[in-house]
Amino acid sequence: MIRVTLPAHLRTLARLSGSEVTLEITGPVTQRSIIDAIEARYPMLRGTLRDQVTFRRRPFVRFFACTKDFSNEDLDAPLPEVVANGTEPFLIVGAIAGG
Amino acid sequence: MSGVRVLVGTRKGAFILTSDGKRERWEVSGPHFAGWEIYHLKGSPVDPNRIYVSQSSGWFGQTIQRSNDGGKTWETKGNKFLYDGIAGTHLWYDGTTHPWEFKRVWHLEPSLSDPDVVYAGVEDAALFQSTDGAQNWLEISGLRRHGTGSRWQPGAGGMCLHTILIDPSNHERIFIAISAAGAFRTDDGGKTWRPINQGLRSEYIPDPNAEVGHCVHRIAMHPSRPQVLFMQKHWDVMRTDNAGDSWREVSGNLPTDFGFVIDVHAHEPETIYVVPIKSDSEHFPPEGKLRVYRSRSGGDEWEALTKGLPQRDCYVNVLRDAMAVDSLDKCGIYFGTTGGQVYASNDAGDSWNAIVRDLPAVLSVEVQTLL
Repeated sequence: MIRVTLPAHLRTLARLSGSEVTLEITGPVTQRSIIDAIEARYPMLRGTLRDQVTFRRRPFVRFFACTKDFSNEDLDAPLPEVVANGTEPFLIVGAIAGG
Repeated sequence: MSGVRVLVGTRKGAFILTSDGKRERWEVSGPHFAGWEIYHLKGSPVDPNRIYVSQSSGWFGQTIQRSNDGGKTWETKGNKFLYDGIAGTHLWYDGTTHPWEFKRVWHLEPSLSDPDVVYAGVEDAALFQSTDGAQNWLEISGLRRHGTGSRWQPGAGGMCLHTILIDPSNHERIFIAISAAGAFRTDDGGKTWRPINQGLRSEYIPDPNAEVGHCVHRIAMHPSRPQVLFMQKHWDVMRTDNAGDSWREVSGNLPTDFGFVIDVHAHEPETIYVVPIKSDSEHFPPEGKLRVYRSRSGGDEWEALTKGLPQRDCYVNVLRDAMAVDSLDKCGIYFGTTGGQVYASNDAGDSWNAIVRDLPAVLSVEVQTLL
């Protein structure tokens, strides 16, 4: 069971009450497989994390886990075991931007 | 009992204002989609409870929402806006080429005959259509491909398709406008298009017969006379009597002919409204006085409407999609400002009241007359 934390605007869009969702993923737990699982479970979030045409991460969306920024890491690289077994959440964060 | 529903899109959410036919007391619902930019929301003329919303965010991109109950509840619809084929390039600010990239939906225009059909004007400029209530979108690519698309260039606000007008007497005829490419028309439901910019003059375009490149801010039409269009261009208020084949200037005695909005009285096709803005470098009313100007002669001769509007220290802007009219008698006129006020007149502009005054910056105003 994977734990994923979503930013507030996306929780509202997906009509979620808590800050965290849990997902079952078969196969390797990677950034791509997590995003695929989120989009499958919550179709209203399609296009909000990554572009639907290019599949590039939206510039102001960042991915963290275990205090590390994975945003620019290989999407298909396995994530740490503590994320894969649900001990640590995978954090999707709206970047602090503005002024 | 008749009533009015005003749909307001702002930088931080949507608001729905309702009143009875007197239009004196207003109830405010919202913010809907709090924190998101709502460029536009508009109801279907066939089914007024069907409302389409463009919801977007610099973080999370574009989303489309739809209500089937007049804005009480919402459902998220499709947001995949994929340019048809190879998107190609247009001109960038510096004259170099730039690939077409979808950024957001500026304007949603529901069909006049089918509540499931809706058009979307997007940035980078293109026209999309959904025939299933906004679930799936297909580009009407004849517009970008008619021949001038590679010469289109963005205005300061981006290269946006912001105006979509469907001819009520012939739904195959559609007018659109793009900043800063100009106005275009199809007579065959979108298969073929042509620029309709003859007669427009823009200081920054040396060729007086330039097909494209004009920064059209807004076009308005009265449904009884779809061949007559009124345009607020970057500078100049313009008019055509032949569906855009040629335009003439009708700025007349306006204090400045720069501005964004323009609209037509619901029952008087020659009565039109603009809000003059000082200049392209100073986006606020001249002299700090917020004035709507009305012409009862289809242009050229204008009168200032000031009763109830701030006449000192007012430095707001009124953006291109932020004026609308209702169809009650007397005609109601509505506009929203970047200062968060929505002003309404229930007497065709003779007097005004702020029906709400502390919203986020207003991006769009639409009105539904409920009978």
